[in-house]
Amino acid sequence: MMENTNLYHSLSLILPEIVISVALIVLVLADLIFHKDKKYIPYIALVSILVAGYYTLIQYGTSGSAFLTSGKNTISLGMFAADSFSIFFKMIVLVSTLFIVFFSFSSEEIIKIKDRIGEYYALIFGMVLGMFFMISATDLILIYLSMELMSLSSYVLSGFTKLRERNSEAALKYLLYGAVSSGLMLFGISLVYGLTGSTNLYAINALIQSPEINLFTLAFACILIFAGIGYKISSAPFHFWTPDVYEGAPITITAFLSVASKAAGFALLIRFIKTTFVSYIDPLGMWHLLNVFDWRSMLVAISILTMTLGNFSALWQNNMKRMLAYSSIAHAGYLLLGLVVLSNQGILAILIYFSVYLVMNLGAFLVVMLIANKTGSEDIDDYDGLGHTSPFLGISLAIFLVSLTGLPPTAGFIGKLYLFVALVDAQMIVVAVIALLNSVVSLYYYVRVLKHMFLTKSVDETPVVSVSIPNIILVSSLVFVILLFGVYFTPLVDAAQSCLVILGL
Amino acid sequence: MIGFPILSLITFLPILGMFLIMFMKKEQSKSIKYLTLGITALQIVLALVLLASYNYSAGGIYEEKSFQFIEKFKWINISGISWLGNIKIDYFMGIDGLSMPMVLLTALVSFVAALSSWNIEKSVKGYFALFLLLDAGMMGVFVSLDFFLFYIFWELMLLPMYFLIGIWGGPRKEYAAIKFFIYTLFGSVFILLVMIGLYFSATELMADGSRVHTFSMIALMNPANYSADGILSALNPDNLRLIAYIALFAGFAIKIPMFPFHTWLPDAHVEAPTPISVILAGVLLKMGTYGILRISYPIFPDITRDLMWYIALFGMVNIIYGALVALAQKDFKKLIAYSSVSHMGYVLLGMASLTTVGINGAIFQMFNHGTITAMLFLIVGVVYDRTHTRGLNDFGGLASQMPVYTGFVTVAFFAAIGLPSMSGFVSEALVFIGAFGVDSLRVLTIISTLGILLGAAYMLWTLQRIFFGPLNEKWASLKDLDAREYAMFIPLTIIIIFLGVYPSAMLNIMNSSVNSLVHFVTTTVSTTSLGGL
Repeated sequence: MMENTNLYHSLSLILPEIVISVALIVLVLADLIFHKDKKYIPYIALVSILVAGYYTLIQYGTSGSAFLTSGKNTISLGMFAADSFSIFFKMIVLVSTLFIVFFSFSSEEIIKIKDRIGEYYALIFGMVLGMFFMISATDLILIYLSMELMSLSSYVLSGFTKLRERNSEAALKYLLYGAVSSGLMLFGISLVYGLTGSTNLYAINALIQSPEINLFTLAFACILIFAGIGYKISSAPFHFWTPDVYEGAPITITAFLSVASKAAGFALLIRFIKTTFVSYIDPLGMWHLLNVFDWRSMLVAISILTMTLGNFSALWQNNMKRMLAYSSIAHAGYLLLGLVVLSNQGILAILIYFSVYLVMNLGAFLVVMLIANKTGSEDIDDYDGLGHTSPFLGISLAIFLVSLTGLPPTAGFIGKLYLFVALVDAQMIVVAVIALLNSVVSLYYYVRVLKHMFLTKSVDETPVVSVSIPNIILVSSLVFVILLFGVYFTPLVDAAQSCLVILGL
Repeated sequence: MIGFPILSLITFLPILGMFLIMFMKKEQSKSIKYLTLGITALQIVLALVLLASYNYSAGGIYEEKSFQFIEKFKWINISGISWLGNIKIDYFMGIDGLSMPMVLLTALVSFVAALSSWNIEKSVKGYFALFLLLDAGMMGVFVSLDFFLFYIFWELMLLPMYFLIGIWGGPRKEYAAIKFFIYTLFGSVFILLVMIGLYFSATELMADGSRVHTFSMIALMNPANYSADGILSALNPDNLRLIAYIALFAGFAIKIPMFPFHTWLPDAHVEAPTPISVILAGVLLKMGTYGILRISYPIFPDITRDLMWYIALFGMVNIIYGALVALAQKDFKKLIAYSSVSHMGYVLLGMASLTTVGINGAIFQMFNHGTITAMLFLIVGVVYDRTHTRGLNDFGGLASQMPVYTGFVTVAFFAAIGLPSMSGFVSEALVFIGAFGVDSLRVLTIISTLGILLGAAYMLWTLQRIFFGPLNEKWASLKDLDAREYAMFIPLTIIIIFLGVYPSAMLNIMNSSVNSLVHFVTTTVSTTSLGGL
C-alpha cells in the first residue's frame, strides 16, 4: 500500500517527462505511419511541447521528491527532485525547443532532409527527455543515464543532415570527446560510491562529513565529475569540441546545443553542488559548504579561464557559427560567475542571465540562419553591406549582438548587471573587474560583425535577403523581448526570484 | 513650475522622431531632414521654456527639494526576499545650475549640427535616426539624477556614435569608430563597477521608515546614508573609496579626454563627418567633466579634496600638451581636435580649485568650449566641403575669396584664443583667478597660463596660413557662405559675443548651484554622520 502511493506520487511528479516520452513514441510511430507525407510531424512536436509546458507549469508551487529510496536511514529523499528551480530550467529547455521547431520550418538544411523529419524530431525529443531528467536528477546513476540519453541523441543530431563533410566531422568529434568525458565522469561517480556507499546525493551529503572519508580521493572524484558536466556546459578546459561541433552541425541543432543543453548542464551542476556539498544556507542566502572540497577556488579559476579563452579565441573567427560558439563559451564563463559566489543571489543572477541568454542567442542564430538560407554562407566576410540591403535583419542582429555584449538598454545588460551585483556583494571585486574587462574584449568581435554589415562596402553585389512574414514576427518578438527586459526587468526578476527553491535543506 | 513633464519631453522627443523616421520612405530625404531640424528646434524652444521658468536662487546638487522640474517615478521596484533586499531604481530627472547650461548647450549644438548635416546624401534615413538617438542619449545624461538612469543614457550614445563615425566618416573611419567605442566602453565598465559598489554601500530612507539600497545620486551624496560595512563607505576602515574614485575618474576622464586617455579623440575627430565632430566636441566631451562634477565630487568629497592637486596637474598637462601638439599639426581638423584637448584642460584646472570662482569658470568654459569648438569644426567643414582638403599648407589668401567666412573664422579664432569681449576670455580668466587663489595650485596655474600664449600662436599661425598671404590659384573660384551656413554661424557668433560682453547671463544660472557644490565638497566630513545635510 505504501509502495503504491509512493509510486503514484512519484509518477505525478514526472508528468512532464511522461508527456515527452509519449511524444517521442508518437513521433516515431507517426514517422512510420505517414511515411509519404510528413508535413504534420512538426505540428505533433509543437503540440507535445505545449502539453509538456502545461504539465511543467502546473507543477509550480508543489515540490517533492520522486522515487524515494526506502526509509532505512533518516534521509528519505529520492532520486528525482521536482521543485521550482527545475521548473525554471525545464521551461528554458521547452521554450528553446519551441523556437527550434519554428527555426526548423524555414531552415534550408532541414527542408532538404524532409523525408527523415520524423527521426529528427524524435531525436530532439530524446534530447529534451535527457535534459529534463538531468535538471531534476538527485542520484548519480540518474545523472549519468540522463546525460548519456541527451548526449547520444545530440551526437546523432549534429551529423544528421549529412549535407557537408563538416557534419560527419562534427558528429564524430562530439562523440569522441563525449565518450572520454563521460568515461571520466563515470570513474568519478564510482569513486564517490566507493567512498560513501551511496549514489543518492542527499545521502552522500550526510556521509561525506564523516572523518573517515579520504579527502584527496573525494577531490579527485569531484574534478572527474566536473569534467563530465563541464563538457556539457563547454567550460574550459573541456571546450575544445564546441567550435567544431557548432560549425559543423545544422544551425538549428547548434542553436539548440548552445542554449538548451547548456541550460541542462548548468542546472545539473548547480543542483549537484547544492545538494551534495552545502551544509547550510544562512539568512543572507550565502551557501556554507562542507569543508571537503574547495569548489569556489576551482570555479573561479575555471570561470575566468573559460571567459578569457572564449573571448580571445572569438576575436580571430571568420565563421559566424564558430564565432558564436566561442561567444557561447565565454558566456558559460560569465554564467559560472553566478555559481562562484555560492549564494542564492548568484543563482538568481544565473537564472536571469539564462533567460536573457536564451532570447539573444536564439535570436542571433535565427538571423544567421535566415542569412545563410539565402547566401549559403556563414562567413563574416559575406555579411558585407547586408545591413544596407536587408535593414530589418541587420538591425535585429545588431540588437542581439549588442545584447550579447551586455550594453544597455538591452536585456543582456540586465543579465550582466545581476551577475556583477552578486560578485560585488560577495566582495569579489577582482573577479568582477576581470569579467568586465572581458566584456570589453567581447565588444570587438561582436562589433566586427556590425562593421561588416554596415560599414564595409561589398565587393560584389550584396544579396537582398527577403524574410517571410512568420519569420519577421519571430525575429521582431525576440527583439521586442530584448528591448523590453532591457528597460523594464521587474517581471523577469520576479519570475526568477520565485524559482529559487532547490529541493533539500 | 510647468504643468507637463518637460524634461522627459526634451529627452524623448528625439526618440519619437527616430521612430517617425524609421517609418518614412527612403526617398523622402528632404522631409527627414526637415523633421530632424524641427525636432532639434523644438528642443531649443523647450530649453528656453526651461530657462524662462528657471529659479536662479535654487542650489540643487545635494538637496532634492532645490532641484527644479523634478520628475520622479518608481521604475524598477522589486520587493525582494529578505536576503536580497529591495531593488529600487527610480526614473528620476531634475536640473540645477550644473545641468541647465548643459541642457541649453545640447539643444543648441544639436540644432546647429542638424543644420550642418544638410549635405549628407548617403543613407539619409539611417543617419538622421542615429543622430536623433544620439541626441536623446546626450540630453538624458544631463537631466538624470539616478545613477542607473544616467548610466543607461551614457551607454546609449555609444552605438549611434560608432555608426555615425563608422558609416559616414572619412577614409580611416572603421579604425576610428572602433577605437572610440572600445575606449569609451573600457571607461564605462569602471563607472558601472563603482555604481554597483555605491549601491551596496548606501541606503535611502523611504517614506515608510524602511531603508533600501539606492541608485539615487542625491541619496548617495549624503554621508549619513552609508552603512558601516559598505565597501565604499567612509565609515568602513577597509573601504575602497580611493580606488573607486580613481576608477570613476578614469571612466569620465576618457570622455573628456584627459591626457593620457586622449588618443581616441584626434582619430575620431579627423574621421567623423563635420556635424558629428561638432557634437563630439560640443557636447560629448562635456559629459566627462559633467560626470565628475555631478557624481565624483559630491559623492566622494573627501577624496576630491585629497586629490585636487593631481586633478589640477592633469589639467595643466592637458593645456600645455594639447597646445604643443596642436602647434605641430598640418591637418586643420586635427589642430582643432588638439585645441579641444588643451581647452578641456582649463575645465579640469578650474574644477580642481574647489572655489566658487574656479568652478564657475570651469562650467562656463564647458559651455563656451561647446559653442566655440562647434563653430571651429563647422569652419573646417565649410572649407572641406568646397576644397576636399584640410591640409593647412594647401591654402593661402582665402580672405579675399571668402570675406564673410573669414570674418566668422576670425571671431571664432579670437574667441578660442581668449580675446577679451569674447566668451572664452571670461571663462579662462575665471579659471585662472580661481586656481591662482589656491596656494597649492599656484605653480601649476602659472605654468598653465603658457597655454594661452601657445593657443594664440597656433591659432594666429593657422589664420595666417589659410586666409592671408598670396592666394593659392587652385581656389580662385571658391564661393562664400550660403544661407544655411549663415544660419549655423550667426547664432553661435551672437552667443559667443553676447556672453563675452555680458557673462552674468550664464554665470547667474549656475552661481547658486556652484556655491552649494563648493560648500558641500569643501565642508562635508564623510566619516561622521551629518544627519541634517
